[in-house]
Amino acid sequence: MRNSIKRFVEKISESILFLSSTVTTLSVLLIVIFLFKEGLGIFNKDPIEEGQMVVINKNNPIRKVVSADIKNIFDQNITNWKQVGGKDDSIILFRMDDIGNYFTEEQLGDTFQFVPQCLAKLVDSIPGIIAYIPSKYFNKDFPARELPMEKITVGSFIKGKEWFPTAQPAAQLGVYPLLIGTLIVSLGAILIALPLGLATAIFMAEIASERLRKILKPLVELLAGIPSVVYGFFGLVVIVPFIQQVFHLPVGETAFAGSVVLGIMALPTIITISEDALRTTPRAMKEASLALGANKWQTIHRVIVPYASSGITAAAILGIGRAIGETMAVLMVTGNAAVIPHTWLEPVRTIPATIAAELGEAPHGGLHFKALFALACILFIITMAINLFVAYISSKNKMSKR
Amino acid sequence: MSLIIETKDVNLYYGDFHALKGISMEMQPNTVTAFIGPSGCGKSTYLRLFNRMNDLIDAVKITGTINIDGKNVYEKGVDIVELRRKVGMVFQKPNPFPKTIFENIAYGLRVNGVGDKHFIEDRVERSLKQAALWEEVKDKLKKSAFELSGGQQQRLCIARALAIEPTILLMDEPASALDPISTSKIEELIHELKKNYTILIVTHNMQQAARVSDATAFFYLGNLVEFGTTKDIFTHPNDIKTQNYITGRFG
Ligand SMILES: Nc1ncnc2c1ncn2[C@@H]1O[C@H](COP(=O)(O)OP(=O)(O)O)[C@@H](O)[C@H]1O
Ligand SMILES: [Mg+2]
Repeated sequence: MRNSIKRFVEKISESILFLSSTVTTLSVLLIVIFLFKEGLGIFNKDPIEEGQMVVINKNNPIRKVVSADIKNIFDQNITNWKQVGGKDDSIILFRMDDIGNYFTEEQLGDTFQFVPQCLAKLVDSIPGIIAYIPSKYFNKDFPARELPMEKITVGSFIKGKEWFPTAQPAAQLGVYPLLIGTLIVSLGAILIALPLGLATAIFMAEIASERLRKILKPLVELLAGIPSVVYGFFGLVVIVPFIQQVFHLPVGETAFAGSVVLGIMALPTIITISEDALRTTPRAMKEASLALGANKWQTIHRVIVPYASSGITAAAILGIGRAIGETMAVLMVTGNAAVIPHTWLEPVRTIPATIAAELGEAPHGGLHFKALFALACILFIITMAINLFVAYISSKNKMSKR
Repeated sequence: MSLIIETKDVNLYYGDFHALKGISMEMQPNTVTAFIGPSGCGKSTYLRLFNRMNDLIDAVKITGTINIDGKNVYEKGVDIVELRRKVGMVFQKPNPFPKTIFENIAYGLRVNGVGDKHFIEDRVERSLKQAALWEEVKDKLKKSAFELSGGQQQRLCIARALAIEPTILLMDEPASALDPISTSKIEELIHELKKNYTILIVTHNMQQAARVSDATAFFYLGNLVEFGTTKDIFTHPNDIKTQNYITGRFG
C-alpha cells in the first residue's frame, strides 16, 4: 500500500518535470517561429503600405525603379523620368490631397462618388504623372499602369542605406545604418570595458587580499543588478553633458556616450567571467613560473592570462552580446538618429533602440510593424551566433586542457 | 661547482601550526638526498624552504637559518629571482605551461631577460637532451606541451628547470604521478644529473629512495627523526620509528 502511493507520487512528479520542460521548449520554439514568421513577412513585397499603390500613365515606358527612387521622386529630388531610366519628361506628382487642385467639388460629387472617374481622367491625360492612390480605385478598367518597382529582398533590407519606414509612399527599409550604429556602439563598449574589466579581474584574482576581494566581488555583482534605465539616466545626466563639453559638440548624445554607458554595463559580465577563468589557473602552474625566477607580473601576463585566455575571450564576447541587445540605456543616450555615423562623436541609432522606439507607433500587422520584427530577427541571429561562438570556444578549451 | 646546503634549527609555522620543528642538517654537493616520511610530516614544506616557495603562503613564519654556500637565503636583501635561478624545482605533478614545447623550455630564459634567439635554441636543445627527451620531441617543438604523455611532460618540466642552469635541483615526488617505465626513466635521469647538480628529492617510495639517493632523511610529524647515508638508514636505522616506516609498518 505504502509502496504504491510512493510510486504514484514519483510518477506524478516525473510527469510534472516532463511537462514543464516541454512547455519551456515549446514556448521558446513558438517565440522564435513567431518572430521569423512576422519578420520574413516583409520580403518579396512592394515597399508600399497595403491598400495603397503608385500608378503612372499607361504610356510611360519606365522599367523597374527602386524604393529609394520613389522616395526621391516624391521628395522632388528627382524631377525627370530620365533620371530613373525613363524618357525625357518632367515628373508630375500626385497625392490624394492634391485632387482639389485639379477638380471642383461639383466634379467630385457631393459624396465624392465621382472620384474614381476623375482620377482616371487625370492619370490618362498627364503623361508624366506619378500618383499615390488607394488601390481600391485601381481595377481593370482604370487607364493606368502600376509603377513597376523592386520588391523588398534580404539584400536590399540589409544593404539599404536609409531607415525611414514611415516614408510615404515608399517605406525606406535599409538596416545598414542601424547595423552600423549597433556595431559601432558595441565595439566601442567592448574597447572600453575589456581593458578595464580585465584589469579589475586580474586585480581581484591575483593581487587583492582575500578580505578586499570579499568586498569587491559583491560590489561588482551589485553593478549587474542595477536596472538599465538607471544606467541610461546616469548617462543622460552625467556622461552626455560631459562628452558635449569635452569635445565641444552641438549635442552630447553620441555613439561614444552609448559606448561608455554600455561599457559600464558590460563590466560585471566581463569581470566575473574573466576572474573565474583566471582563478582556474592551477596553483602549480603559477608556482612553476615563480620557481623559474619569474616575478608576479611576468607570471600574470605570460602564464595566467594565456591560461585563462579562452575564458577571457568568452567574457568579452558575452559582454558584447549584452551590449548588442541592450535597449533602454542606449535609447536614452545615443540621440537616435538613423544615419550612418562617420565618427564616434555622432548620434546613432541601434537596432534594439529602434524596435523599442517605433513599435508603439507602427500599425499592427503593417509593413513597418513587420519590418521591426525583421530587425528583431537580425538581432536574434547576431546574439545566437555570439552564443554559439562562445560555446565553441569553451568546448575547444576543454579539449586542449585535456 | 655545486654548493653545500645546510639548515640550522629551522622552525616553520603555518599560522599556529608548527610544521617544521628545529630541523638541522647538511647536504653535500653533487649528491642526492632523499626526504622520506609519512604524508603530512613536512617533507614538501622543508623542500620549499630552499627556493623560498613558502613565501607565497600568507601567515607563514620561519625561524633559524638556511644557508646555501654559506649565505642565508632568508636574509633581508636576498634577490629571490637570483636564488630561484640557482635553485630549480620539479613538482609532484607535471605542470607544463599552456605553450609549445619549445616555449616551455625557453620560458625561464625569457623571464630572466635572455633574448638571443640562437642562444635560446641551443639551450632548449641541450636541456631536452639532458632530460633525455630530445629524441622524442625534436620534430614537434612547436606543438603544445599538453600533447605529451605524463612521463614526457615531467621530463619536459625537468628540462625546463635545467634550462636556466641551476646548481641545485629540488624534486617533490617527481615520479609519483607516473607509470613504472616513466619512473625508471626519471630515476636514470637523476643518476645522470647528480654529476652536475645537488639534488634534494621528496619521495614516498622506499625503493626509489634506496635506488637513487646517497643520503636519506626521515621526517615524522615535523621532526627530523634520522638523517644519514642511505645505506645506513636502510640497513641499520637507529630509531625504531625509522625502522617501522621503512619496513612498511606504518605510513
Ligand atoms: N599552505 C598551508 N597552510 C597550512 N598548513 C599547511 C599548508 N601546507 C601544508 N600544511 C600542513 O603542513 C604539514 C606538512 O605538509 P607537507 O609539507 O605538505 O607534508 P608532506 O609533503 O610531508 O606530505 C601538513 O600537516 C599540512 O597540512
Ligand atoms: Mg608533499
